[in-house]
Amino acid sequence: MTTETGIGASVKRKEDARFITGKGRYTDDINLVNQTYLVFARSPYAHAKINGIDLEPAKATPGVVAVFTGKDLAADEIGDLPCGWMVKSKDGSDMISPSHPPIAIDKVNYVGEPYALVIADTPDAARNGAEAIEANFEVLEAVLSTADATSGPQIHENAPNNRSYDWELGDKDATDTAFDNAAHITKLDIVNNRLIPNAIETRAALGDFDSSTGNYTLYTTSQNPHVERLILAAFVNVAPEARLRVISPDVGGGFGSKIFVYAEETAVIWAAGKLGRPVKWRAERTESFLGDAHGRDHVTHAELAIDDDGKFTGLRVSTKANMGAYLSTFASSVPTYLYGTLLAGQYTTPNIYVEVQAVFTNTCSVDAYRGAGRPEATFVVERLVETAARELNMDPAELRRKNFIPPDAFPYETPVALTYDTGNYGISLDKALDLADVAGFESRRSDSESRGKKRGLGYSCYIEACGLAPSQVAISLGAGVGLFESAEIRVDVTGSVTAITGSHSHGQGHETTFAQLISDRFGIPFESVDVVHGDTGRSDYGLGTYGSRSIAVGGSALMSAADKIIAKGKKIAAHMLNSNEDNVDFADGRFTAADTNESLAFGEVAFSAYVPGNFPLEELEPGLSEKAFYDPANFTYPAGAHICEVEIDPDTGVTEIAQFVAVDDFGNVINPMIVEGQVHGGLAQGIGQALLEHGIYDADSGNLITGSYLDYAMPRADHLPDFTVDTTVTPCTHNPLGVKGCGEAGAIGSTAAVMNAVTDALGVIDMPMPATPETVWKVARGA
Amino acid sequence: MEQSGEQLIQAIQLDVWNALHDPEVLKKCLDGCLSMERVSDHQFQAVVSAKIGPVRAKFNALIHVENLAPPDSYTLVVDVKGGVAGFGKGTADISLSSMGDTTNLTYTVKGHVGGRLAQIGSRLIVSASRKMADSFFANFAKLWAENQV
Repeated sequence: MTTETGIGASVKRKEDARFITGKGRYTDDINLVNQTYLVFARSPYAHAKINGIDLEPAKATPGVVAVFTGKDLAADEIGDLPCGWMVKSKDGSDMISPSHPPIAIDKVNYVGEPYALVIADTPDAARNGAEAIEANFEVLEAVLSTADATSGPQIHENAPNNRSYDWELGDKDATDTAFDNAAHITKLDIVNNRLIPNAIETRAALGDFDSSTGNYTLYTTSQNPHVERLILAAFVNVAPEARLRVISPDVGGGFGSKIFVYAEETAVIWAAGKLGRPVKWRAERTESFLGDAHGRDHVTHAELAIDDDGKFTGLRVSTKANMGAYLSTFASSVPTYLYGTLLAGQYTTPNIYVEVQAVFTNTCSVDAYRGAGRPEATFVVERLVETAARELNMDPAELRRKNFIPPDAFPYETPVALTYDTGNYGISLDKALDLADVAGFESRRSDSESRGKKRGLGYSCYIEACGLAPSQVAISLGAGVGLFESAEIRVDVTGSVTAITGSHSHGQGHETTFAQLISDRFGIPFESVDVVHGDTGRSDYGLGTYGSRSIAVGGSALMSAADKIIAKGKKIAAHMLNSNEDNVDFADGRFTAADTNESLAFGEVAFSAYVPGNFPLEELEPGLSEKAFYDPANFTYPAGAHICEVEIDPDTGVTEIAQFVAVDDFGNVINPMIVEGQVHGGLAQGIGQALLEHGIYDADSGNLITGSYLDYAMPRADHLPDFTVDTTVTPCTHNPLGVKGCGEAGAIGSTAAVMNAVTDALGVIDMPMPATPETVWKVARGA
Repeated sequence: MEQSGEQLIQAIQLDVWNALHDPEVLKKCLDGCLSMERVSDHQFQAVVSAKIGPVRAKFNALIHVENLAPPDSYTLVVDVKGGVAGFGKGTADISLSSMGDTTNLTYTVKGHVGGRLAQIGSRLIVSASRKMADSFFANFAKLWAENQV
């Protein structure tokens, strides 16, 4: 049924009214009686032994309630923060996961690592207390560079050469043979710059312990409260799972950085139990820069083998991935199963081999950040392909088209372990070429030249894998959690519906999109649907939101629960209509008996379910409430074509994005407006990486130089053009909605398109990213 | 981080040299200096209260005097600790040259900071440290101009 609020309608986001009018309820908006405030003392050194901490001045600070160190947590048997994905090295050995106490005990391993905590009656008193802490640090030599990490001073006793694992995927011998027989080989050394996530709401946590029941409640800015609860209960040992409730209320952005279980909320919930008073912590912006898991930071050598006809015959990739000082919650999976597996891109390259060394440095941990591995893979593939086209003097669009997996080849098994279910890459590229008026580019370039400017065009035909699945495959590859999603649908007596999802919205608009799904499926008013998420006390379980999985996995789970509701509704309706359930159809909100053509509205059946006078209760339970757990059969594979056109002023080095066209295939689209918004945000982040953003540690001191908005350049509205966004549709073949997911695509495809355009404008093969005015100015001068 | 500057001091070179090694004079010239003591022949200890951007703290500074070439030049090696607020390390190369009744003082300061100080924005740190150094030598020049030494 297509309605103004159904599937396919651009319904305005119902959550925006409260966000825009300041009525959102974020973690820091919640205050409890007798609440205390926690401030962390953080290491000023990149690498140092702790030879003692003098807590007395902090304890004597007025208003301070308690001061703790890592030893206090250890004494209460609070465990290490774990990494939830076991990756194995080439030789079959397990990855090395160093001990990661939430609060440093003997040694600090990056600037910003917490080593003590001060709890006070007011935030100011806690800050004063933290400033009074004197620690005796013995400074050690630090290792900061990704490329040189394996030869730097060893950080962890159990990690020789600062290496966690040395992983591989693909057929090395076959790939080497392809290179031996290649007509042309394109080579690139690629640095994927470190990014720092910047959710508009910094992380926060409020812990509460109810001494009358012994139960804990943690309010926190988590993308996946059930996983937070699981890890804090099972691994960190805070409390039995049943006695710990985690609530993620409104959350203002995450981009991956709020997936992980961090020191801060661990300390907060532990301290709440210790003190018997609520404890609140809210990150200052600089704490977010220092401590929220960073993104990307790869150093790669990549080679593409091509035959006489311009067909790709082999791809060889060797990457060092910086993990930071510790393995964050899902860090190990990002440069492996979310990176190496995507290196086929949209192409038929038959032989691919990738090896990845994960290395430790004295920096903040690196983990999933919008796209997580897939932007890095796309950047490698699409920079190589564009460079190959230039070297072979071929049209980059034609070279891509020549190598696309053809539409009749699906399902297509890649040489790097994935099976793409569907796609049509040519139509997305065609549409993008048309929208970008690529045919008119040369005349625009001449016009730029006449004004002393340099104009460039860059492509990126990306693929991504969303909705990480299926559980059993992932678990066999080392995943420590399932990858399904839960849903519960409670139909009320009056026919309104509460839809409870294990997925979590922190800006994606689930309350709207999921309400559209339910309203469309049941034929009931959009306004009659309430979507509940983010509370382990209200939903059975859930894996939360990451990897663009919400609609494909969470939405599908809701559809499974809806199917069960309709199945039961048919049974009830059959009795009411004196028919047989097999003869009852449900469509457009009505149960209809095919034999009599008599029908009942959804609400009438719901009412009967709860006022059960019309059906035999010995056959059928009263009520209308169903649960489902949906485990996908495969990833979904959104793909698309991005075209970026830049104009560079060689005198100032400023790059202006003249136009950006993104044509994406997300399968079926539930709410086109929300999808376009997701694409815009992703593009801004991908362009930000290409032109502006760079997390930099000082090579001598190990300080995070880019620790505030003075030094870390975020993209702003005036850096970005009016995007041209469009879609093509090949529905996903294995989920009930035919959807693929759209959250990360913008960030995955765009970075390569921008760098391809900038290098085209400057007439160079390669240059460092980000292409800041200083870098561009130097390159333009041949410096 | 490196910066340099110069000041013309209204005094003969030897008097300037001696004053630069007098803790009382140093204390007067250093903004926010709560104490300045000589702990050995070539070592001073100071406590300075400073606010740099959003960071306000008391800093303990240990100052070594090195490369002494009286009365022409010397180097100060400074180690500053501010607890959670951060730390700083730096050197100041100071040279004096006689210009008759007056003395030209040139200085080059190098250093780096860590901890919270390091995160508040390198431009802010550079401007704050420039201000602190410039102010110190300007105060020093002013003492002589006003005959307070």
